Amino acid sequence: MISSKDKALLSKYLPGDDVLTQCMHCGMCLATCPTYELTKLERSSPRGRIKLIKSVAEGKLELSNLFAEEMNFCLDCQACETACPAGVQYGKMVESARVVIEQSNIGSSKINKAIKRFLLNSVVANHSRLKLLARILYFYQNSGMRTIITKALSVFPFAKKLAEIESLSPVISKVFSSDGMEEKTLSHSKVKYKIAFSTGCIMDVAFADINFDTVEVLQKNQCEIITPKAQVCCGSLHAHNGEIEKARELAKKNLDVFSGFEYDFLVSNSAGCGAFMKEYVHLFADDPQYAQKAKLFSERVKDISEFLANIEPSDQMHPLEEKVTYHDACHLCHSQKITVEPRKVLQQIPDLKFVPLEESTWCCGSAGIYNVTRHEDAEKILERKMKNLRGTGADIVVTGNPGCIGQLKYGIKKYGLKMKVLHTVSLLKKSMDGKSDLKNLP
Amino acid sequence: MDNSVLLKIKKIVGIEHYFDSPEDRISYSYDGTPMLQQLPEAVVFPQNIEQISGLLYLANTEKFAIIPRGAGTGLSGGSIPVENSIVVVMTKWNKILEIDTANLTALVEPGLVTGLLQKEVEKLGLFYPPDPGSMTVCTIGGNVAENAGGLRGLKYGVTKNYVLGVEMILPTGEFLKIGGKSVKDVAGYNLKDIVIGSEGTLGIFSKILLKLIPFPTRSKTISVNFKKIIDSGNSVADIISSRITPSMLEFLDNTTMNCVEDYTKIGLDRNAEAMLLIEVDGRGSSVDEDAETIVSILKKNNASQIRIAENTVEALSLKTARRSAFSALARRKPTTILEDATVPRSELPVMIEKVREAASNFNVAIGNFGHAGDGNLHPTCLTDERDSSEITRAHKAFGFIFNEAIKLGGTITGEHGTGLAKKDFLESAVGKEGIEFMKKIKMVVDPNNVLNPGKILTMKPRCEGTLPSRREQIPDFHAHQ
Ligand SMILES: Cc1cc2nc3c(=O)[nH]c(=O)nc-3n(C[C@H](O)[C@H](O)[C@H](O)COP(=O)(O)OP(=O)(O)OC[C@H]3O[C@@H](n4cnc5c(N)ncnc54)[C@H](O)[C@@H]3O)c2cc1C
Ligand code: SF4
Ligand code: SF4
Repeated sequence: MISSKDKALLSKYLPGDDVLTQCMHCGMCLATCPTYELTKLERSSPRGRIKLIKSVAEGKLELSNLFAEEMNFCLDCQACETACPAGVQYGKMVESARVVIEQSNIGSSKINKAIKRFLLNSVVANHSRLKLLARILYFYQNSGMRTIITKALSVFPFAKKLAEIESLSPVISKVFSSDGMEEKTLSHSKVKYKIAFSTGCIMDVAFADINFDTVEVLQKNQCEIITPKAQVCCGSLHAHNGEIEKARELAKKNLDVFSGFEYDFLVSNSAGCGAFMKEYVHLFADDPQYAQKAKLFSERVKDISEFLANIEPSDQMHPLEEKVTYHDACHLCHSQKITVEPRKVLQQIPDLKFVPLEESTWCCGSAGIYNVTRHEDAEKILERKMKNLRGTGADIVVTGNPGCIGQLKYGIKKYGLKMKVLHTVSLLKKSMDGKSDLKNLP
Repeated sequence: MDNSVLLKIKKIVGIEHYFDSPEDRISYSYDGTPMLQQLPEAVVFPQNIEQISGLLYLANTEKFAIIPRGAGTGLSGGSIPVENSIVVVMTKWNKILEIDTANLTALVEPGLVTGLLQKEVEKLGLFYPPDPGSMTVCTIGGNVAENAGGLRGLKYGVTKNYVLGVEMILPTGEFLKIGGKSVKDVAGYNLKDIVIGSEGTLGIFSKILLKLIPFPTRSKTISVNFKKIIDSGNSVADIISSRITPSMLEFLDNTTMNCVEDYTKIGLDRNAEAMLLIEVDGRGSSVDEDAETIVSILKKNNASQIRIAENTVEALSLKTARRSAFSALARRKPTTILEDATVPRSELPVMIEKVREAASNFNVAIGNFGHAGDGNLHPTCLTDERDSSEITRAHKAFGFIFNEAIKLGGTITGEHGTGLAKKDFLESAVGKEGIEFMKKIKMVVDPNNVLNPGKILTMKPRCEGTLPSRREQIPDFHAHQ
């Protein structure tokens, strides 16, 4: 029988009947689901997962390890939400199922859960600790120790997987953007927009260059930029991994911090963060203290490409004669429904040759921390992306999310492709600078 | 089912292709049909025809049922399990075995997704026209088993017009090959037409040989709105009688248009009472002439807005929108019961009115859309399975619609099949003798009634056990029960 503790968990976290019965099991979502494509099993499909969640909610299926396995196998890429004509809120269901799993006794071992929780709640959520860890990593990556350890590991066959996962860890930036940026950056010309900038926690330590590029591009587009020092992680990694309470706590902190500033738009260059910050309004819909604040906040969140596509480009763009393709990050195209804007922005660059990417909205396998927690599955999903990328013959693949950038770089190296990976805003900056040093990119 | 039997099944397909966890059984308890479900005892993915044959032999000796399944998008309950059954899933049989550009044929496995076949043959300038709304997901095997139609049915016909041959395993385990690459073939009974549309009751397909045609190089897509729904029906009748055969002539009413617009946001007019989506195609200037004639017919019938798609992208987005119609209707209410009434094309305006009458008489919300050019409508009741009184009214409304369709010289299902959902109405469509003839065929081919029993027909004495009905039937599952 279902224990009373599990019952309480279910009724506390799972969405209500109205959300669960919305799915009419037509199956129109099956073809877009990367995990169903891998196993061809209904239980690894959106329709199957919804049915399982519903069965659990109705007390017809016990919280089982297999249930947990399928919920965690899901990439939470939300391609099924895009595909679903019936408007089923799949993401909401799977994320709440994960909360239940994290708090129950099923799924991965207690130790694994504890490690994950520690990393998410005590490192990612605590920016000074994240920076400390990142500094250590930076030292490790740049002192020659990495080569020694990777070599040493490769002797043991069992360690191959470990070494592979290790090579996924992002290259740590020399200067973190939060350290190299003032709280207020002035515009290069007359101020038209006041922008609050969300640095993102992983962006800050591993992709600081992209943050610097973002601010520069904004400056050249008549923006004054505020980068609050006290901002914290947006909480999206936590919410996607069943740590909803921590996510709420972080969100509240951000709401408090940003409400202390005056701005027109809050710009994010990380698709995952942007998507989640747009969700704050729903997260606090029933919270009398935060509902209004969250509404005001979420309304003004814009992805960098979304913001740039909707203003007059004010700075001169210089030609870039490169063959460029675009990979749609799940959290941009499926969560935020942003697909036209980044392409529009790229097409503002003179002489750029844009080649479309087959299955551009198919997940690359990065999916937050999925490529670490479910490395082998992520590898299979990556393979498909690499095949499609190879087909474009592009010199540069552009995308709008740090996780994707890391995963694509890793894949390109693994599959021996000759292609650079850039954030949309970084390519724009190169065009604005007018000096193309693209051949020498890392 | 007895454990020893399950063990034998497992041995036939191999452990890695056998699934019987509660999670797997639950996730194969349904297809696309609303409100019907039942748990299978196990789910298997056979690897070759010997295994399928072995399963069928075993079913005959051990007396259990076998349910063939493609993608599970069926809308009449064809792949829903019955009591004491196992599901045989064919989705991993998904290869294109040969595209013969000299004879214009494609030999495929039954689990191949319809849309993928189309994409591949189109690369070679060829065309496989049948395009059910579910084509990005459904399988060729499922299409043949249901004789599926699609948006292009008006000009190009339905699945059966493209099946040249099948290879199948009979309910008693033997292997049978029907048809071949010759375009003409009158050797003996036309068995092909008996197995097409047999809904998995007469055999499991293992290979399918399809006819291809040259891809039409020109096409024009027109979308048109009407302030009055009656004008849309009259336009359809006028277009058909003007001797133009569009490749597509689809109808959507206001409710459907609004739901589709909610999903696609492509700018459909939310205030129009109805719209038509029309496509003409071909190879020369006749395409433009046909389009002009159609536009003048539409104008004569008080069309409020006529839009010709500028390019293929726009045309595709309109068609994709139409294909999402059924599922998009589920935005309104959680349960959408869709029907498939079909009338002679000249009666379409009358039928559209009858559907409206049914909605108001029985006080239910009905969205209506369909393949207008074929006289094939999909009145869809927007309801909630938790509200039993509304469900009863919905069933009454459909009873009314069916009767009216038959009175107008039509039929109860144009393309979704009979399965479980439309069994009760079969007799009124085909007559007592028709049913008896079908039963005799079934009895000879499947003497123990092991293959998809209870679908289309109820055999006597009844041996398929209780058939799936409402969801309450699913028993509780507890891992440690
Ligand atoms: C959104 C939506 C739109 C649709 N639009 C249309 C439409 O426009 N036109 C139309 O005709 N239908 C339509 N359908 C219905 C459905 O998609 C078709 O009936 C389709 O042919 C079913 O294919 P499937 O692979 O999903 O088969 P399933 O649903 O799995 O099975 C259907 C039947 O085929 C049998 N079967 C499957 N594979 C085999 C095999 N290898 N050998 C023997 N029997 C087999 C099953 O036993 C079952 O009886 C639609 C469905 C949905 C959900
Ligand atoms: S999630 Fe949407 S597309 Fe998928 S089966 Fe349910 S209703 Fe259909
Ligand atoms: S979120 Fe992605 S992986 Fe998960 S069910 Fe939907 S499509 Fe599949």
